[in-house]
Amino acid sequence: MARFITRRLLGMIPFIFLVSITVFLLIKLTPGDFVSNYAASLAASGETVDDAMLASMRARYGLDQPLLIQYWDWISGVARGDFGYSFEWQQPVVSLIGERIGLTLVLSLSTLFFTWAIALPIGVYSAVRRYSIGDYIFTFLGFVGLAVPGFLIGLVLMFVGVSVFHTDVGGLFSPTYTNAPWSIARVGDLLKHLWVPMIILGVSGAASLIRIMRANLLDQLNQPYVDTARAKGLSELTLLVRYPIRVALNPFVSTLGFILPQLVSGSVIISIVLNLPTAGPLLLQALLGQDQYLAGAFLLLLCAMTVIGTLLSDILLALLDPRIRFQ
Amino acid sequence: MSGVMLAGPAALQSASEARLMWLRFCRHRLAMFGMVVVLLMYLIAIFAEFVAPCAPDKSNARLVFHPPQAIHLLDRADDGWHLRPYVYAVRLARDPVTLAPTYVADNRKVYLRLFAHGDAYRMWTLFPASLHLLAPENPRDSVFLLGGDRQGRDMLSRIIYGARASLSIGLLGVANSLLLGIVFGGLSGFLGGRVDWLIQRVIEFIISLPTIPIWLALAAALPKNWSPFATYFTITLIISLIGWTELARVVRGRFLALRSESFVTAAWLDGCGRGRIIFRHMLPSLTSHIIASVTLAIPVMILAETALSFLGVGLRPPAISWGALLQEAQNVQSIASAPWLLLPGAAVAITVMALNFLGDGLRDAADPHGQ
Repeated sequence: MARFITRRLLGMIPFIFLVSITVFLLIKLTPGDFVSNYAASLAASGETVDDAMLASMRARYGLDQPLLIQYWDWISGVARGDFGYSFEWQQPVVSLIGERIGLTLVLSLSTLFFTWAIALPIGVYSAVRRYSIGDYIFTFLGFVGLAVPGFLIGLVLMFVGVSVFHTDVGGLFSPTYTNAPWSIARVGDLLKHLWVPMIILGVSGAASLIRIMRANLLDQLNQPYVDTARAKGLSELTLLVRYPIRVALNPFVSTLGFILPQLVSGSVIISIVLNLPTAGPLLLQALLGQDQYLAGAFLLLLCAMTVIGTLLSDILLALLDPRIRFQ
Repeated sequence: MSGVMLAGPAALQSASEARLMWLRFCRHRLAMFGMVVVLLMYLIAIFAEFVAPCAPDKSNARLVFHPPQAIHLLDRADDGWHLRPYVYAVRLARDPVTLAPTYVADNRKVYLRLFAHGDAYRMWTLFPASLHLLAPENPRDSVFLLGGDRQGRDMLSRIIYGARASLSIGLLGVANSLLLGIVFGGLSGFLGGRVDWLIQRVIEFIISLPTIPIWLALAAALPKNWSPFATYFTITLIISLIGWTELARVVRGRFLALRSESFVTAAWLDGCGRGRIIFRHMLPSLTSHIIASVTLAIPVMILAETALSFLGVGLRPPAISWGALLQEAQNVQSIASAPWLLLPGAAVAITVMALNFLGDGLRDAADPHGQ
């Protein structure tokens, strides 16, 4: 097992390196840079633009260096925990992203547990009671969940919240706690708000997981070993939990690798709609304003999050299934 | 089931693979239903100018946020009942206390007619015409079956025109992905070895990235002064840049599975060339799977375009797509005062659901080992 983990960890290094290059190229892709944007906004507001000042700004932010040097400066800074400076906010990037990345992680992980918690029992139920009314209802809901984009569910919920309950379902904190330091009460407040984005974000993932679980379990249920176990007199529940579900769980766990990127990715757009203090809104703003180091830090951390998630799912899978370890 | 039964065993034995697939597909009622809806949607998109009751950009400052009007089919006149569809007109009035504009009922009837002459348009920008599927009898009247937007434009017409961009992006994106997927998946499955290893690592890398942030970064890099046409194509490219991986995996998997099938070995032994084996023997058994995966990939593309345009980095107004229309519904205030602004989302949901049903049915039908 230790060898398997070490091998996978070593395999991560080129991955992370590739991620960093991709992210850097992404943020450098935009024609022009922050300074030219800044000059354009100055010109738009009727102020005179001084070329010498622009050049000195470029020099100060290192934008006049060749790409390779800029990349090196950036990535070596990241390795030291320095993500650069946000042009737009005039602050170090680290101070802007800390809590937002943390909350994105909290939201994604809690949604992940939520999806599993509802997808597993429903998937098992749908497979065992195949073609029952319940199965049809869940299948239909699953299709709806897959078809309706998350941000639309968010918009509808916001509409219902405003027009029926006269509350704003957006945000992750009540106004009192928005800027308060962390405390037990603030965590409680977070939990009170977290369930709305969690459900919105979890619906489509849960829908696909239910279908995967149902299909896997159906494949197992008519295997001879199930008949054998039944013939030996095992109760239906013990039988299910002990044999077919364990086998069916395997492809289910391996979906973690793609569910997590989906969740992180979905959380970006949902947090923009619901105005959550997570990575999404600030990332979009940074991308549009060409605040490259801020955007780069978000992109890098979000990608790293999903790459690590994939690694964890591989390890979990290896724990569950010895065949994978000895491949 | 009945279709298969009626055909009888003798007919079944001589049926071609495509015919068997079609028979299996017909048993899937939901999939048939999905197919009908999808075809209808694409027909609407193709004939948008004709189907839409009016021009999508005809605005009227006095009809801002016009509420949706219900169609009444039976009209009572002095000489009895007639089948003559109409809607009740509403009038903009000011609330005497708050001075807020509100719409009040007006007992005037606006009669509608099938194949009526209304706003002039150029069909596919080629032929001038003014015929509409359903439009007010009097061209000076306006009708808002699904309400009006912030500039008093008809939502129904805009949704119908939006289908064009949204649905075609799905097709174009999938065509791009398919090209990439078949080339890389085929290379990977056919050559194996190092090429396979490299392509598989690249695919794993792309799959492990969160798509929306990457799409956002790519789309935000597009210059804002590009023409809608250029933006449209670039967005399609951006979306398919990630979508091809799934198709490549399917193609590779099928290629690997087929390589060891006995009919392929038989073809080898019969002395068929490599090209003949790939195109005559392997590809036909691949197509059904590819069609199914492609159908399931279209909705992903449509959702991606909707999300990007909704966030303002995809297609931007004046371009019309479902995502671009949903931009209007971005804040709670506008949704609360005009909930019908969310309707483009319903169009997205219906299309995506129908495509999913269709794709599921095709996938089941493509599997020769299914019941």
